[in-house]
Amino acid sequence: MTTPTTFRAETRAWLEENCPPAMRTRMPEEEQVAGGKRAEYIRPEQKIWLDRMAAKGWTAPTWPKKYGGGGLTAEEALILDEEMQDLGCRAPLRGMGLSMLGPTLLEYGTEEQRQTHLPKIISGEIRWCQGYSEPGSGSDLASLSTRAVLQGEHFLVNGHKIWTSNAHLSDWIFCLVRTDPTVKKHDGISFLLIDMDDPGVRPRPIKLISGKSVFCETFFENVQVPASHLVGQLNKGWTIAKRLLEHERKGIGGIGARQQAKFELPPEAVAKMHVGEIDGRIADPVIRDHIAAYSIDAHAFQLTRRRAAEEAESGAPPGPLSAMFKYYATELNKRRYEMLLEGEGFQGLGWEGEGFSEDELRFTREWLRSKANSIEGGTSEIQLNIIAKRVLGLPD
Amino acid sequence: MALILNEEARMVRDTALEFFRERSPIVALRKLRDDNDPDGFDRALWRQMAELGWTGFLVSEDHGGSAFGLTGLGQVMEAAGRTLAATPLLSTALIGASLLELAGTPDQKDEHLPPLVAGERIFALALEETARHAPLTTTTRADSAHRITGTKRFVLDGHIADYLIVAASDGLFLVDANARGVTRTRTIMVDSRNAAIVHFDNAQAEPLGSLSHLETVLDRARACLAAEMLGSSSEAFDRTVQYLKDRKQFGVQIGTFQALKHRAAQMFCEIEVTRSAVTAALSALDENANDAAALCSLAKAKANDTIFLCGNEGVQMHGGIGMTDEHEIGFFLKRARVAQATFGDSAFHRDRYAALMGY
Repeated sequence: MTTPTTFRAETRAWLEENCPPAMRTRMPEEEQVAGGKRAEYIRPEQKIWLDRMAAKGWTAPTWPKKYGGGGLTAEEALILDEEMQDLGCRAPLRGMGLSMLGPTLLEYGTEEQRQTHLPKIISGEIRWCQGYSEPGSGSDLASLSTRAVLQGEHFLVNGHKIWTSNAHLSDWIFCLVRTDPTVKKHDGISFLLIDMDDPGVRPRPIKLISGKSVFCETFFENVQVPASHLVGQLNKGWTIAKRLLEHERKGIGGIGARQQAKFELPPEAVAKMHVGEIDGRIADPVIRDHIAAYSIDAHAFQLTRRRAAEEAESGAPPGPLSAMFKYYATELNKRRYEMLLEGEGFQGLGWEGEGFSEDELRFTREWLRSKANSIEGGTSEIQLNIIAKRVLGLPD
Repeated sequence: MALILNEEARMVRDTALEFFRERSPIVALRKLRDDNDPDGFDRALWRQMAELGWTGFLVSEDHGGSAFGLTGLGQVMEAAGRTLAATPLLSTALIGASLLELAGTPDQKDEHLPPLVAGERIFALALEETARHAPLTTTTRADSAHRITGTKRFVLDGHIADYLIVAASDGLFLVDANARGVTRTRTIMVDSRNAAIVHFDNAQAEPLGSLSHLETVLDRARACLAAEMLGSSSEAFDRTVQYLKDRKQFGVQIGTFQALKHRAAQMFCEIEVTRSAVTAALSALDENANDAAALCSLAKAKANDTIFLCGNEGVQMHGGIGMTDEHEIGFFLKRARVAQATFGDSAFHRDRYAALMGY
């Protein structure tokens, strides 16, 4: 068995040798690698870096080796993460296959489903998207009405999903569908894997306030899905749905633990640049005070994340802390962008073109994008409901 | 830095929680207040705390202590905060012991630390001169014969102290509280805890090291006070959540209302985040970490905001009954205000945190 110290040294050496220098720079959003059949690599190093990491199973460090994962312990995965942060390595691959579907299949999938899907998620060959929300089912997700009728060996699927992030670039979609409309809403839902190659699946991008179109709506018209693509039991999909949401919220709640933090401009640096400084202090005392208030909360939250990790490592059962991460991290991230824009003044108001730096224009778009953080994956209000019910035991 | 408690610290915490729950519930504070108790604290309780070793947590073994450290004392303070126990933990076990240990001569340590650890001698720091925490601005001075002249206010436990530690412009000084030239006036505070205004008029003193130790000890005080405030916030919160489950209006428990649920959930988050900051600060102090000062300001700033939130929401969510003196929730609101102002309010600590972080 390798000791943590040896593992750290070996990992460091491997990363230094295998991570191309171009992949140790700040990653612009358009250079994020999400894989899939339609993946485009702006720089060749992106693909090289992905293939090298995937070959070691380190795109999914803790997944079992038999599916192509890294087989690392939680502690080793943390060391890998720390060393990547320290070197400024980009994440080689991101996506809903890695962050949500994979962990769910490991828990609920059949052996055949795992063998079929996990290796292609790890290698970046297949890109997944999420079919959860519907136009009439947002916070009240369980009221969803996309219908799947079992007809012999197939489900026949008809319906309309929305906020299906990057559906137009994805190959497969995991969907919540109604398989029994006659029972209580939570008891008639199933979890289905659907190949988007079927011509009955039509994604349509939606233009957002940030000017981008990462979200789509996706229509299903008489789509035939093999019965073997059902995950878990028929009509028992809600339990799986909630479990997957926990993975999703953990991912969104991870915003505060910034990958590539070493390349980031903190709000205080931006404020110094635009407001000016006196004796090393931000010249405007009110803006300085606002930024300090934000930074204190962000620092205390970062310590809370570490405390939760230490609790988990000590073998204590998962405490109530995890319930607050999604809420707190997303509210903080929104505040962070408000602080950046407050510090920038007029320079934080540009949309495109001349008169603004690349960072200034980026912050405008990211500021708008951040508003989705407290909506997607369960709104802040839903998170507060969950804390009130599960942690505080307040009555319904 | 450790963010979870080890076995020993957990044992201290459990002992302290039980001790204060049994021996010093809030009715004890109410009684001290209503009886106009001249001491403002229970001397028998203080001796029991000394017997449990808590007065010696920051004192070396040579002088009868255990040098158990700040994390340990923080656990005791947090437990004391749960029942709003009025004791000289902060003035004596923390500030007095720390300044004597760090700044005292061998003779001063020999003379003062053993009775401090035994619970037989009370110390108070005479620091503040203005209406808010300003540790670096003092007009109190000592002449060449170490005679002190000046006025100090908000001296915690000032009227019951046996010795006063005075922050003067040219160093720290130790003054016998009953010496000629020392006039102490007890001030009755909104939280029913001890404080005094102290006048020094050519009072004889002995030097106790340079002012350089003051900031270190103030940081210890800030972190441990933040621990006490965390305890008070948690208790006010727990009582409020219980009330949301007990109280019925419109035929249902008021805890079913989302307007209250969401605010309760937000308080939960703030308490948890504050707990991380407090634990980090205590741990950093025990390890002499480079970022200890910033973490102490972080902890005090968060504890200030959280106790403000829990005290105010506590009264609001209790409704009319929360406005009565008979109900105990109001005691938390009163204590919150005083604790917030002690050793730096949030504005003070945001300014200090920003400066330490280089902006």
